[in-house]
Amino acid sequence: MHRPGMLSIWFFVGVLLLIYGILILGSGLYGLTHPPPVVLNELHAGIWWGMLLIVMGAFYTFRFAPWRKN
Amino acid sequence: MHPLPALFLQSVSSRLVSLSPVDLAIIILYFIAVIGIGFYLKRYTKTGEDFFLAGREMTAWVAGLSFVAANLGALEMMGWAASAYQYGILAAHWYWIGAIPAMLFLGLVMMPFYYISKTHSVPGYLKLRFGQSSGALAAICFGFMTVLMSGINMYSMALVMKVVLGWDIHFSIWASSLTVGVYVVLGGLLSAIFNEVLQFVLIWLGSLLISIIGLVEAGGWSGVMARIHQNYPAQNFTSLWSTLGSFSDNPMGIHWIGIVFGLGWVISFGYWTTDFLVVQRVLAAKDLRSAKMAPIIGAAFKMLVPFIVILPGLLGLALLPEHLVGEDQAVATGGHSFNEVLPLMLARYCGPGLLGLGITALMAGFMSGMAGNVSAFATVWTYDIYRPFFRKQASDDHYVSVGRWCTILGVLVSIGTAYFVMQFHSIMDYVQALFSFFIAPLFGTVVLGMLWSRATPAGGFWGLLSGTATAIGLWAWVKISPAALQYVALSPKAKDMAENMYRALWSWLVCVLVTVVVSYMTTPKPAEELTGLVYGHTKLPSEGDLRLYQRPIFWAGLVAVGLVILNIIFW
Repeated sequence: MHRPGMLSIWFFVGVLLLIYGILILGSGLYGLTHPPPVVLNELHAGIWWGMLLIVMGAFYTFRFAPWRKN
Repeated sequence: MHPLPALFLQSVSSRLVSLSPVDLAIIILYFIAVIGIGFYLKRYTKTGEDFFLAGREMTAWVAGLSFVAANLGALEMMGWAASAYQYGILAAHWYWIGAIPAMLFLGLVMMPFYYISKTHSVPGYLKLRFGQSSGALAAICFGFMTVLMSGINMYSMALVMKVVLGWDIHFSIWASSLTVGVYVVLGGLLSAIFNEVLQFVLIWLGSLLISIIGLVEAGGWSGVMARIHQNYPAQNFTSLWSTLGSFSDNPMGIHWIGIVFGLGWVISFGYWTTDFLVVQRVLAAKDLRSAKMAPIIGAAFKMLVPFIVILPGLLGLALLPEHLVGEDQAVATGGHSFNEVLPLMLARYCGPGLLGLGITALMAGFMSGMAGNVSAFATVWTYDIYRPFFRKQASDDHYVSVGRWCTILGVLVSIGTAYFVMQFHSIMDYVQALFSFFIAPLFGTVVLGMLWSRATPAGGFWGLLSGTATAIGLWAWVKISPAALQYVALSPKAKDMAENMYRALWSWLVCVLVTVVVSYMTTPKPAEELTGLVYGHTKLPSEGDLRLYQRPIFWAGLVAVGLVILNIIFW
């Protein structure tokens, strides 16, 4: 995909993962005081997974950001 | 390749999970993203090449991920997780021997001919190689079956949403199919591929956590095996090959000959090398090397898919306190069926936010599969049916416009099929079977056309027709007289899966035999008409100037070694 001006698919992936990461991390932090009824809740999967999504999302967003091409 | 066509035909009374506001926000954001991508890409979709082949400028990675995502539908995921619960690790054969060799063969052997011939579709290749009649037969069968399959999948997905979330079935059908319709109409294959890459990432990130937490709970892989043996001491759910010496030794009732030759050869090669739904993604690659690498990259990811599909089913066997049963029994007893194992595991581990991501993964899987169907349908209808039979000479703009209308038509026919299936459930089994009838003989015709220059147009046409007729005939024979199973599948103990394998094998053999016999009785095409279409008459670009790690054969070798290692580990 090398069309002039076209955003990379990975930029879209990055933005969505970043937003999802923030939402899931926030939800995971809320779960510290209001634990959801799931097995192995003590692992706090939402927090770790949210952080992973934020890192991945931030990487793809900035790596493939349109302003970097310019 | 869906194992459970009648998934959730009879839904249970209550929903499995409830969504929180953050889950809903994640799902709504997903819908906004895919439609937004469609609107964004419309400006880049102007020519027929853009709309039908994404401008032929995809990198190997994008084409490869799209190639796998188009196959990785939600029903594929839920169906094979259910199969893993029902049959154990044997279900992994459909991801390993039943996919990887064929994908590598597509990349290394067949892709050069598809790509160099500049065909826009698999029926288009048949037209170039064998003439109009073979191409038209393939196009009509493919177009018809594709939209029917799309509708059936749509209906099944709506049932899944009803069972898992309690959503209204009509809302699910219309909301999801119109979303797919909008972004494919706007951006064609370009938009479909963009979204498939996004959907592929979401499918993995939404599903992977189930396997990770499940392994933690079970105490690792050895813990999973120990618990399954403890829970089901009378059955062997954990061996990939060692129980395939006899039909009665394994939960699937299948013999290794059926797995190797029926699944690993005919069905797998037929699906992965000739089903235009997946091949179209690779045709969009920017150059021949990318087109060869895309299926190899896809194969590497496909080999890992059991980690998010088969493993949750095995974890269900190991960890779920209740025993899941068949659909009929579940409805009668009010319990859960094994079709629900994936959402059950999702609900077991995923709290607010993660649950939304998991549901989004299922929706992404559904949409990627449906987008694959409608974009392939639009291409085949426009180029292989409309152009040769209705309007041979028209502007590129006209064909793009026809492609857009075909996409709308495909979506509407799919919705109509979904409602039709709602009234006549048994039609699902028949259409699934009909689709499979065509794939095995089509592989015979295409592979002979590519590798054997003596194959003639008459041989190709009659081979394809007789192979398809054989598949239909064998299926009807067993339907009418169940005792015929011992002849079709070589054993009266064979089950449905085994029957499918052997039926495909016979139809492929008949196709090849008829093609060879008729070809020797008729006049072949002159050599100059085979250039770019057949091995021995096509100059393939040399890869001698590439470093070893840049060559597709090197990566294909690595994937093949990985496949062998996995099969030995889980033998």
